[in-house]
Parts: sequence; structure tokens; C-alpha cells
Amino acid sequence: MAEQTAPRTLGTGPGRALIAVYGIFALSASARAAVQIGSKFSEAPLAYLLSAFAAVVYIVATVALARGGETWRRVALVSCSIELAGVVTVGLLSVFDAGAFPDDTVWTDFGRGYGYVPLVLPVIGLLWLRYAGRKAR
Amino acid sequence: MPVNGTLSGIVIGLSLLVGAWALVSALRHRAPDRGQLIGLAVVEVALIVLLVAAAVAASGGDRPASAVTFLGYVVTIVCLPPLGWVLARLEPTRWGSVIVVVVCLTIPVLVLRLHQTWQVVTSG
Repeated sequence: MAEQTAPRTLGTGPGRALIAVYGIFALSASARAAVQIGSKFSEAPLAYLLSAFAAVVYIVATVALARGGETWRRVALVSCSIELAGVVTVGLLSVFDAGAFPDDTVWTDFGRGYGYVPLVLPVIGLLWLRYAGRKAR
Repeated sequence: MPVNGTLSGIVIGLSLLVGAWALVSALRHRAPDRGQLIGLAVVEVALIVLLVAAAVAASGGDRPASAVTFLGYVVTIVCLPPLGWVLARLEPTRWGSVIVVVVCLTIPVLVLRLHQTWQVVTSG
């Protein structure tokens, strides 16, 4: 494939389905963070800031996938990696030190509240980005 | 409680029906057809009816435990069918049908969550 296909491949086909899933997560994580921060921030500020951070990561990933191109592919790569690190770290912390996060975030218990999709999604995202990157070269 | 009544059952049923239809299309390598798009529109209308019923019940004193949480779900849920519609139209391949499947599987989950936000008030 020619170099020109890079912007096209990232956000089309399976990539577009990925955008849909990331879009849904961006939306629900933002809504959750807005509700938590807006109504009861003082109860668990760390957990709620983390919710907001997760929302931002999902938004960035969604936008990067939709924009396409090598630069945005790298941005998506970084946000998917942060996501994976986040869900694993927060998952482990919530299992071994429940006190650290008194209230749920998207990543608590490895994303159990979201059917473990938060754990699987970055892996699929990274695989797709690798594939799209190769195809572009 | 309109949110856990027949109306939410109808929304969930419709959504799963459209999702199943889209899944068959995806498995047959078909792009989203008119039926799927109309299905998404029907689901959106059913959702709006459900939310209006919820608002009417809320004004009558039957409220969810946390109005803010309820509102958060409402905002998310009404955005889904339009999101699916736009992305499905942008993607005239089998993956467009996959997008419709994803959206139609997410809606029942969110309706069940709405249901939960409402239940807290009756138990507590």
C-alpha cells in the first residue's frame, strides 16, 4: 500500500468500529467524571480525578483514531498505552489496597463494572495501531 | 416507575432486535442497510419516550436517588443511536454493521443502569 493510505486505514473498517467503542467510552467516562466531580468531589477526590483523567485519555484516543495519519497514530499509541497501564495499575491497586480508591472509576477492578472492556480495549487498540502502521509502510 | 416498567423492556427488546439484525448483516459481510438505520431511529424515539415518561414521573414526586447520576446516564444514552447512525453511514462495509451491533448492545446495559439509579430510591 502507498504511504497515502495511512490516514485512511487508521479510522476505516475495523478502525471505525474501534472509534465507535472508544467514542462510547469517552462519552460514558466523561459523564461519570462530570457527575462525580460535580456532585460529590470531596468524598473521594483522587478517584474522581482519576475518572476525569480516564475520560480525557478516551477522548484523545477517539480523536486520534478518527483523524488518522502517522502523527495521530502515535498519539493513539500513547493514549492506548496509558490506558493499558492505567487499567492494570488501578486494577491491582483496587484489589490489594481497596482504601486507595473509595469509589469506583472506569478502571477499578480491571474495569469489572464495564464488563472488563476497559482491559481488553487498549490491547485491541494497540494491535490495530500496529497493523495499521505496518499496512501504511 | 417508568424506568423499570414495560417501556424500558420495549427499549431493550428493540435495541437487541436491531443489534441481532446488524450482527447477521456483519456475519454475512453486509454493510448497514436501511433497516438497521431505521431501527436505530426507532430505538432513539423509544428512548426519548422512555425519558419523557421518566421526567413526568419525576415531576410527580417519584424520583431517582441521585438526579445527577440519572441525568449523566440520560445524556450518554440519547447520544448513542445518533453516534451509531453517523458512524455506520460513514462505514459502508461489514464494519458499519459491527458498529450498529456495538451500539445496540450498549443501550440495554445503560437502560439497566438507569433502572438501578431509580431503584435505589425505592429501597432506601
